[in-house]
Amino acid sequence: MKTETLLRCDDVAPLLSDAAASAAAFDPAVQRHVEHCLRCQAELAQYRKLFRALRAMRTEVIEPLPGLLGDILLTLEEAGERSAIRSILTGKNVAYIGGIAAAATAAGVGSAIVVASRTRRRLLAS
Amino acid sequence: MPVDVTQLVALAKEGDRNAFDELVRVTYADAYTLAYRLTGDEEDARDVVQEAYLRAYRGLKRFRGDAQFSTWMYRITANCAATHLGKRQKHRHEELNDELGIYDERPTADPEAQAELGALRGRLREALDQLPPRLRAVVVLRDIYDLPHESIAAELGISESAAKVRLHRARRKLREDLFPLSSDEEQAHAV
Repeated sequence: MKTETLLRCDDVAPLLSDAAASAAAFDPAVQRHVEHCLRCQAELAQYRKLFRALRAMRTEVIEPLPGLLGDILLTLEEAGERSAIRSILTGKNVAYIGGIAAAATAAGVGSAIVVASRTRRRLLAS
Repeated sequence: MPVDVTQLVALAKEGDRNAFDELVRVTYADAYTLAYRLTGDEEDARDVVQEAYLRAYRGLKRFRGDAQFSTWMYRITANCAATHLGKRQKHRHEELNDELGIYDERPTADPEAQAELGALRGRLREALDQLPPRLRAVVVLRDIYDLPHESIAAELGISESAAKVRLHRARRKLREDLFPLSSDEEQAHAV
């Protein structure tokens, strides 16, 4: 004869929050306990309210401090300038102008190495 | 006119600074909201958001686009907040600023239901603010921003199992604070 272990509230409690959060189905034994336990039913209902309230906070926006946008853009601007300067100083963007070098060599003049800083700007399509 | 974030991201990845600036304009309030919820302090949130966008700017080429840009920013913001709080190394219990401007982006559906929900949300904000930062972070990231456990663990620098334990503790604390059981409910047993 098959006997079923009766679950206690302490066994079920750790499962209630996950079940309320994901709306996942309970194990049959857990389900039977919850169906007959007012305390666990109350706790489950409270978790469901809690998660509804938490999910609702997703659409709330807290007004940023005045000037924050400007501060962020300024920080990015400075970072961009530092990056560009670093590129120039380290010679990161180096181009050999091969044709000129060849011609200059043929003419007995040393080849030229041009350090170019590359910037591209593209207008946003409106 | 609705902004096409995907297009802005593509342009920004190619080096278009104007596109990235526009991304900032479109997303910074959301990022600030998360930063404030994680740090509980306006100035900390400001610092966190600035650092987050700087990291995003520098790392944009690594953004694969397999998640939404907003989700990627949430992860960066969470990581910056964790780093910032770690540096501070103090436990903040800032009083919730009643003068915070909080608005809901959704149109009002059922006014009565909204009023009831609004009262609960006010108490929920206070309860969240009272949570220790390590617990608050996981419940905010999981139950408000819906980040998966592995992402939360990665950004907070903890194991996935530690994140789940903290989440469980945070949820239980919030429920106990918001819905203390009456003595009748405590005594109710399974039949």
